Amino acid sequence: MLTIEHAYWLLAAFLFGAAWLNLRERRGSHAAFWAVLGLLFACGQPVLAATQAHNLVPAQAAGIGVLVLAVLAPRMKRGHLVERSADEREADARRLRHRLLLPAVLIPLVTLLVALSGDRLAIGGRHLFDATQMTLTGLALACVIALVAALLVTRAQPSAGLAEGRRLLDTLGWAALLPLMLAALGGVFAATGVGDAIADLVKMAIPVQSAVACVIAYGLGMVLFTAIMGNAFAAFPVLTAGIGLPLLIQLHGANPAILGALGMLTGYCGTLFTPMAANFNIVPVALLELPNQYDVIRAQWKTGAALLVVNLALMYWLAFRR
Amino acid sequence: MTHWLPLLGVLVVVIGFALRFNPVPVVIVAGLVSGLAAGKGIGEILALLGNSFVSQRALLLFVLTLPAIGVLERAGLREHARYWIASLRGLTLSRLLIAYLGLRQILSMLGLTNVAGQAQTVRPLLAPMAEAAAEKRGAPLDPDERNDVRAFSAATDNVGLFFGEDVFIALGAVLLIQGFYSQHGIELQPLQIALWALPTAIAAFLIHGVRTVLFARRIHSAAVPAETAAEHMRADTKTDAKC
Repeated sequence: MLTIEHAYWLLAAFLFGAAWLNLRERRGSHAAFWAVLGLLFACGQPVLAATQAHNLVPAQAAGIGVLVLAVLAPRMKRGHLVERSADEREADARRLRHRLLLPAVLIPLVTLLVALSGDRLAIGGRHLFDATQMTLTGLALACVIALVAALLVTRAQPSAGLAEGRRLLDTLGWAALLPLMLAALGGVFAATGVGDAIADLVKMAIPVQSAVACVIAYGLGMVLFTAIMGNAFAAFPVLTAGIGLPLLIQLHGANPAILGALGMLTGYCGTLFTPMAANFNIVPVALLELPNQYDVIRAQWKTGAALLVVNLALMYWLAFRR
Repeated sequence: MTHWLPLLGVLVVVIGFALRFNPVPVVIVAGLVSGLAAGKGIGEILALLGNSFVSQRALLLFVLTLPAIGVLERAGLREHARYWIASLRGLTLSRLLIAYLGLRQILSMLGLTNVAGQAQTVRPLLAPMAEAAAEKRGAPLDPDERNDVRAFSAATDNVGLFFGEDVFIALGAVLLIQGFYSQHGIELQPLQIALWALPTAIAAFLIHGVRTVLFARRIHSAAVPAETAAEHMRADTKTDAKC
């Protein structure tokens, strides 16, 4: 049975390959960075299992690995790696044409197929895919199939898969890691009570008898907290327990379903504003080789601001209807 | 008083990002500060960091798309995407981006959030296509405009994903909301919650659609006269050879 753990092993293997290529070119910091990250991916499951069994030593070792990554990250220079010349690429593009699109489209297509029918695929009564995280397992499988198709279509050497993958990985550099680092920080913030402290701050600042003030405080609190955590999922339970439930639902009689849906979406507006949501706002800066770290946020913050106003208005109009 | 101390970690993040230090060490220092301020020992903080890190590994899975995308780029995928869009007469920049926005929202509504994304679709397909569509104005893009078009493509993917995700089909967000209320004694059906995300989804499509039209118009009318355009073309081939 294919599980998400297989996808992590595959990813670890790719990271080790990238480390090895960097080592051959005497780019020590890059090599060490990808090797440590690969190790963390390969050993993830045992670490979690040990923590379940109240053995904290593996988790602490992983924590040290994370510290090592943080030390190595600033030493990684984001240089441009050698690529095939534009002329060669254009010649290939004119020859291969639409055939080039096929492997690229296979990634979403196979992912889709697994997501929709993965739970029905079985060989000899055994399920092919583990039900948890099936879409992501499908994505990993899709990447392998697409790579094989890409190699067939372009008639490139199989080693090109590693070489080109590593070129893009080094283009991303430490930005690839930021989403994970921020998620880890979210875990620490949650465990140290940062959320409760922020909810208390908001409550101190508003007149609770006014429904409008409570709606605004809840909405802006979601935005602020999402911007700090980089993730509306972390903000929702804290702000809804701190403001939404006691003030809006119990005191002012708001409809919980409407308040919940719109509260979460208001948080999503905050995701558009913050570098902490690195996988959406910082990773594409590296992927698209943009000059300024905040270019993507600059392109989208006005959409987020307009939607924030719409959400607050909808919350006020819809949630208190009888 | 000690209740407020962990907020120091937030302060570290805000200052670190504002001063544009490398974000990775900033984030880790913030975690350490917040943990120490809450009175936790180093061992406990390390375990917390390590555990949160490995339990979020799914966030890096997009990296698996890179080998396939890289091989295709080596054989001219981005160049082909550009020629193809350039050959489609009616496909303007705003039509391309709005069609992508709508498709991304609908796919996300069906739970297919990982089907598209910054690594899977924006870098190899949408960004070069948008550049080619923008160049239909008759003049090549200068480097600043090229960056603007790329950033707007990335933004369009984000908006489509976020404001499709929790409509209709019970997904992560809806289940989180339902679970939260159920813990607090309020029982709701997922559909009850998901449907109320629909007005915002429509508003997101309209707002970002209008912004796309305005953006495309700005790019279109910024077309430089033919003579300077030729210079840009030369400068352009130079940058192209590098990237």
